[in-house]
Amino acid sequence: MSPSENPKTGSGSAWDGQVVVLEPRHGWRQLGLREVWAHRELLYFFIWRDLKVRYKQTAFGAAWAVLQPVLLMLVFSASLGRLPGVGPAGLPYPLFVFAGLVPWTLFASSLAGASNSLVSGEAIITKVYFPRLLLPFASVGSFLLDFVISLAALAVVMLYFGAVPSLAILWLPLLTLMALVTALGVGTFLSAVNVRYRDVKYVVPFLVQLWMFASPVVYTSTLIPAQWHVLYALNPMSGVLEGFRWALIGGPRPDDLIFVSAAASVIFLLGSLMYFRRVERTFADVI
Amino acid sequence: MAEIAISASGLAKKYRIGLRRDPYGRLTETLWNAITKPLRGSGTKDRGDDFWALRDVSFEVPRGSVVGIIGRNGAGKSTLLKILSRITEPTLGRAELHGRVGSLLEVGTGFHQELTGRENILLSGAILGMRRSEILRKFDEIVAFADIGQFLDTPVKRYSSGMKVRLGFAVAAFLEPEILFIDEVLAVGDAEFQKKCLGKMSEIGKGGRTVIFVSHSMPAIQRLCDRAILLDHGRTVVDGPTHEVVRRYLESGPGQTGSREWPDPASAPGDDVARLKSVRVLPAGGGPAEEIDIRLPIDIEVEYWTKAPGNLRPSVNLHFYNDEGVCLFINNDWNDRDWWNASRRPGLVRAVCHIPGNFLAEGRVVVTAVVSTYNPTMVHATEPEAVAFVVVDRSEGDGVRGVFTNEFPGVVRPMLGWQVAQVSDTVAPGD
Repeated sequence: MSPSENPKTGSGSAWDGQVVVLEPRHGWRQLGLREVWAHRELLYFFIWRDLKVRYKQTAFGAAWAVLQPVLLMLVFSASLGRLPGVGPAGLPYPLFVFAGLVPWTLFASSLAGASNSLVSGEAIITKVYFPRLLLPFASVGSFLLDFVISLAALAVVMLYFGAVPSLAILWLPLLTLMALVTALGVGTFLSAVNVRYRDVKYVVPFLVQLWMFASPVVYTSTLIPAQWHVLYALNPMSGVLEGFRWALIGGPRPDDLIFVSAAASVIFLLGSLMYFRRVERTFADVI
Repeated sequence: MAEIAISASGLAKKYRIGLRRDPYGRLTETLWNAITKPLRGSGTKDRGDDFWALRDVSFEVPRGSVVGIIGRNGAGKSTLLKILSRITEPTLGRAELHGRVGSLLEVGTGFHQELTGRENILLSGAILGMRRSEILRKFDEIVAFADIGQFLDTPVKRYSSGMKVRLGFAVAAFLEPEILFIDEVLAVGDAEFQKKCLGKMSEIGKGGRTVIFVSHSMPAIQRLCDRAILLDHGRTVVDGPTHEVVRRYLESGPGQTGSREWPDPASAPGDDVARLKSVRVLPAGGGPAEEIDIRLPIDIEVEYWTKAPGNLRPSVNLHFYNDEGVCLFINNDWNDRDWWNASRRPGLVRAVCHIPGNFLAEGRVVVTAVVSTYNPTMVHATEPEAVAFVVVDRSEGDGVRGVFTNEFPGVVRPMLGWQVAQVSDTVAPGD
């Protein structure tokens, strides 16, 4: 909700009894999360649409959510996994890499989806008003289902290798949220930049690839010298990935990564939401 | 004084022409500008390639009224609607909207080709601002209005364009905002469905809702709106009762006027045999020539100069077209047999064609005036779209449509003679 909009009552619809003021606005604005909340039903519809459309004409449908990380696991196990010291000692490499690939896939697909969400929503952006933040949010939300499906596949892999999670598994929702916050932070920012500069389309696949190698997906973070860990943790995915492995497979809690990463992800998101709101008013004119 | 639903003051919208031509900026350009900006100093902001799509537009709309926005292409109608429906921000000025806002800037907003009709009803309804429960409650009515029956579970990409439009409008027709903005959506779809939509929209208007309606269709504007605003080059030209504003609009363009005169014969259309002097639309009772009640007889008067050499017999033909370019009928002065058989002299001739009341359908009628001779057939003077007028059906009960206010198709609307009587009091056997 921007400062000039003044909701009086909340009965019935999101718009009842409301005075909307239209005037030029400049500079920074409030994040408008209250307005997003008021439109949560539409958010749900956008997620539902993204899911329907994504799997409508595919032969394997939602199986792709599992196939993607599984295939990557096989490839990495057959290649990098053969090198000594890439994964932690005493842990089967396929289990190690799969426990990283599942949250990584959530992050990478959400990021790519969100950064393209405004551009592909051009038709509605120029025809009807709704909080524009819903589009990148919905994009990220729609990959949550894929993630849940791939978690089931992860459970199977864990069963196969006889890995039994401890109570630390209760941290999983929080770590998932952290991955979502990171994807939202970067994705929302890139979606807004994409409206004006379509260069983003070329940058994103490249960025995701680089980012993967800058994160402990296929290798363990213990390979990074300890004095660099704080810097390494500024990449929120470091905390998410090592956190995931700790929560599911065990080992020492990666305290040096998780807390810095969590803080970094929240700061990322706030900054990018502020940027989004600042340029939002020009979307319909430039897109 | 009624409660105000919309108040706008000094609304203006500026576009950078460069932006319109090349909407995508280049990252390198921006970076370069950012680097060189401190070197260039200030004053680079206004580079003279700005375009004001809307300038200083102010108005107030009381709750429950239906206001039409008219103007030629590029007059700023759509920009105004985009500002009011919050799609874009004004560059200057301010507007206040009191109430739940809905906007209908295209038919089928948010439709996705891969989704079925059923899925798209839910999606489009939600995007247009309906709650899920509201959509589900009205679902059957929407399906019935759209008339898509067995195709409900077929992907929309397999629909004909007509079906898509019907479905899109059906969803929108069941929106219940307090303030509704509608752009040119009636310009699509077949004539039959357009009328159905018009009927639905006048219902909306009667329901106490505030409606702002942009259209090129003068009959639609006249039937739905009590007040209209004429925009030109981004500015308000006139704001007032619909019939006055529509008249101003029709007068402001070529081939849109109810009266044409060529004071200088040298530049008038024609040759030595016949040269037009004037063409006029003269409704009975002498009212405004551009907007005529469907019940009134209309005279079309053509005056032409003739030097009528030899036995040439100039004859006036009038061609009547409707807004869709359909030729309604052609007529010529052959019907005046006395004149037809009379000997012709040089001079000024006046030919008047009488069109009865309750004969034309409502809508714009454009008249082409021709003077020709026969045997051999030769056209001497012709003026396409010489005059135009709008026939208005106020649905007051004594016209052809009687008390029926919905769709009423047909290119003409003649009041024909009927005879109805009871033949017998015996009921059909077997009932």
